[in-house]
Amino acid sequence: MHASQPTSATDAVLAVLTTEIWPILAFLTPELASRIQFGWTITIHIIFAALSVGLAPFLVYFTVQEVRTGEQRYARLRKFWTKIFAIGFIMGTVTGIPMGFMFGTNFGAFSKTAGELIGGPLSFEAKMAFMMEAVFLGVLLFGRERVSGWFYALSSFMVALGAWLSAFWILVVNSWMQTPQGYEVVMEDGIPIAQLTDPMAAFFNPRFPWMYVHMQNAAVISVTLLIAGMAAYFVWKNRDSDVWKTALRATVVVLLVTSAFQAVHGDMYGRHVAETQPHKFAAMEAHYETGQADLHLIAIPTELESITDPRADNLYTISIPQLASFLAEGDPTAEITGLNDFEYESPPVAWVFWSFRIMVGLGFWFIALGAWGTYRLWRGGLADDDRLLKALMVSSPLGFVALITGWYVAEIGRQPWIIQDVLTTAEGVSPPVSGTEATLTLIAFVIGYVLLFGVFLHVLRRIIDEEASRHEVGIEEDEQPDSPGVIADD
Amino acid sequence: MTEIFSDSAYMIESLPEVWFGLVVFALGVYLLLDGFDFGLGILFAEADESDREVLLAAFGPLWKANEVWLVLFGTVLFAGFPAVYANILSRHYLLVFAILFALSLRGLGSKLREERDDEEWIRFWNVCFVAGSVASPFLLGVFVASWVLGEPSAIAIGPLVVGATVVALSIVLGAAFLGVKTRGKLRDHVTQRGRQATGVYVGMFVLTAITLFVRYPGLHDVLLSASTAGIVVATIASAIGSVLAASRERYHGTFLGAAGLAAAFVVFVGTLLYPAIDPAAGLSIRDAVVSPLPLNMTTIFAAIFLPIIVGYFLFLYSLFSGPATPEQSYS
Repeated sequence: MHASQPTSATDAVLAVLTTEIWPILAFLTPELASRIQFGWTITIHIIFAALSVGLAPFLVYFTVQEVRTGEQRYARLRKFWTKIFAIGFIMGTVTGIPMGFMFGTNFGAFSKTAGELIGGPLSFEAKMAFMMEAVFLGVLLFGRERVSGWFYALSSFMVALGAWLSAFWILVVNSWMQTPQGYEVVMEDGIPIAQLTDPMAAFFNPRFPWMYVHMQNAAVISVTLLIAGMAAYFVWKNRDSDVWKTALRATVVVLLVTSAFQAVHGDMYGRHVAETQPHKFAAMEAHYETGQADLHLIAIPTELESITDPRADNLYTISIPQLASFLAEGDPTAEITGLNDFEYESPPVAWVFWSFRIMVGLGFWFIALGAWGTYRLWRGGLADDDRLLKALMVSSPLGFVALITGWYVAEIGRQPWIIQDVLTTAEGVSPPVSGTEATLTLIAFVIGYVLLFGVFLHVLRRIIDEEASRHEVGIEEDEQPDSPGVIADD
Repeated sequence: MTEIFSDSAYMIESLPEVWFGLVVFALGVYLLLDGFDFGLGILFAEADESDREVLLAAFGPLWKANEVWLVLFGTVLFAGFPAVYANILSRHYLLVFAILFALSLRGLGSKLREERDDEEWIRFWNVCFVAGSVASPFLLGVFVASWVLGEPSAIAIGPLVVGATVVALSIVLGAAFLGVKTRGKLRDHVTQRGRQATGVYVGMFVLTAITLFVRYPGLHDVLLSASTAGIVVATIASAIGSVLAASRERYHGTFLGAAGLAAAFVVFVGTLLYPAIDPAAGLSIRDAVVSPLPLNMTTIFAAIFLPIIVGYFLFLYSLFSGPATPEQSYS
């Protein structure tokens, strides 16, 4: 025993790692490690992807207004948000490129089966969208003095178009996995291969329009909240900030319209999910027994177990009887198939159930916030309502929380399928990858992206502090073209 | 239209081979363009602070677009040969993530060093930038060689020699790019380094050929073929042309010579592979290619968008042509 006694701090740490931590991680099968790795990567990536998608239209607006009116407040907004867009784009690239490669590294069997269906759209994404975004972002960041104003505005439009097209093709792939069609499965050397038979049917599968509208609007809502929160902070610091009052006015209205639309659209989307993926719908309501389903408006866990295993009998719920039946089928007495009655295993219900509640709850809060802000805008005093400004500041990151939890509902809720009714996730994992390899990269991704996100927040904070300090010294004189301070600007 | 969307025949008989060519082409363009960036990142190591600002000004507007060619290569491979994509990435699992990590260090390093003024921070991200710029081409070379040679393990003499060769090629490319983008002393210095690197590269190229000949008897026919002889001649001619142009201060000539080296290298890769596409799994181009309908469809897309992409790059490089000045930097 004495020989293995740790002799130094490093040895002690290593000993703990090998004897205590590693056995815990060793239970991670290649499948589970790959799933967690992909899920974790997209949790971080989706923040930056949504930042690009949601911020791009605002950048176009600021740039066009700057070129059209020549007003400095739009130039300020454009410069500020272009900085954030740039850092977000790099973060999005660093987190996004690995995901494309993970189709091959971790889900090789899936890539072989689905290659004819998803390889095309992924290559269209690179050729049509990513390329355009990257090239014109170069112009946007470095070319202000090299191109005309209108060409500069056009470049911001091309960046936005690139971001939206990119999401288009990615969601073509994802929605096909949820509601696959336009293919025929043939066996080649014992491997099922989905052969493309009808591209239009495959790309514009039933889920695609629901997902695209819901996702893009969610991205716009998230960024609107981000801008509104920052604008509220700068206005709260400096009530005379014309620049940030402009941003505040625009965002509260956009927030109301987009979040109200999202609620109506989400309701209809839910009905579509109930039709096409009934087990996901059942998981969203933790509906185990086939029969009429109630809608649990509010669910509060009564014991610890109700968090990990939510069921009607261990939750304190405020429910509307039969409403889930009505939402799914248009008939309050409709039978909804319970999770116990599917032939395959259930998705992790707790994740889906609680994610769905967080998303919907936040969605209603965003509508309230938008209504409150719009009311203040209409009655006056938007910039003086401290409580509203603080609510906006606190809510600034919450759009991303709603977006991530919504994505969990869609992606965890469809388990065990990687392609609905065709291939399970377990069958989709790469054969040659070992649990150890997958666990090692999982650990690296967790540590790497935590650090990366920390660096992003740090940089974001510096950008915000810099802007705030400009307010404190009262540099709000950009409107006067003769002011010598303007030349030093940036 | 009917034959384009036909699911029974490729729109032209040799379309699978054309796609193989496209995969090699995309890899070559990536190697060339990001080779500029890798080489710049390696030369960054010995530059002083003010020169570093110039280097980063040359790097800034272009590297993101250059890196997209890696994604383009991956997705072209995926769209045409999904089984190969799955096989080579999962076979060299840890190596692939090491490449992605190295590329991330390079990208983050260049951006994040600007975000704070204190020296420690800048030094840290400088190291990341240089380390990423060295490791990326090395690991990419190892990966491509493991694929082409059908090596089950990446830690073998063949792949390691190729990795080092690609690092040397990157320095040649970076120096040639900077020869066009810089002026004065800095330009003289990088051009000098470029000349040295060209010599080293030719030596490494010969070493690679010898290693392959000794270690891989299966490649003897290819290595002794006329096409390999042509590639060797093209390499030596490009190297001589590049060095001569450099000594006469014809920087665009140097640039063209370096591009010739990269082109010869990637044609060599394609020659070694053809007609197989995944030697370790025993897959030929015809075995691995997708069925006619998806390939015809992606071909139409590629025919429309590749010229547009080439247009983007001509536009981007001409917009940011001329000597790089640090003032270009956005923030």
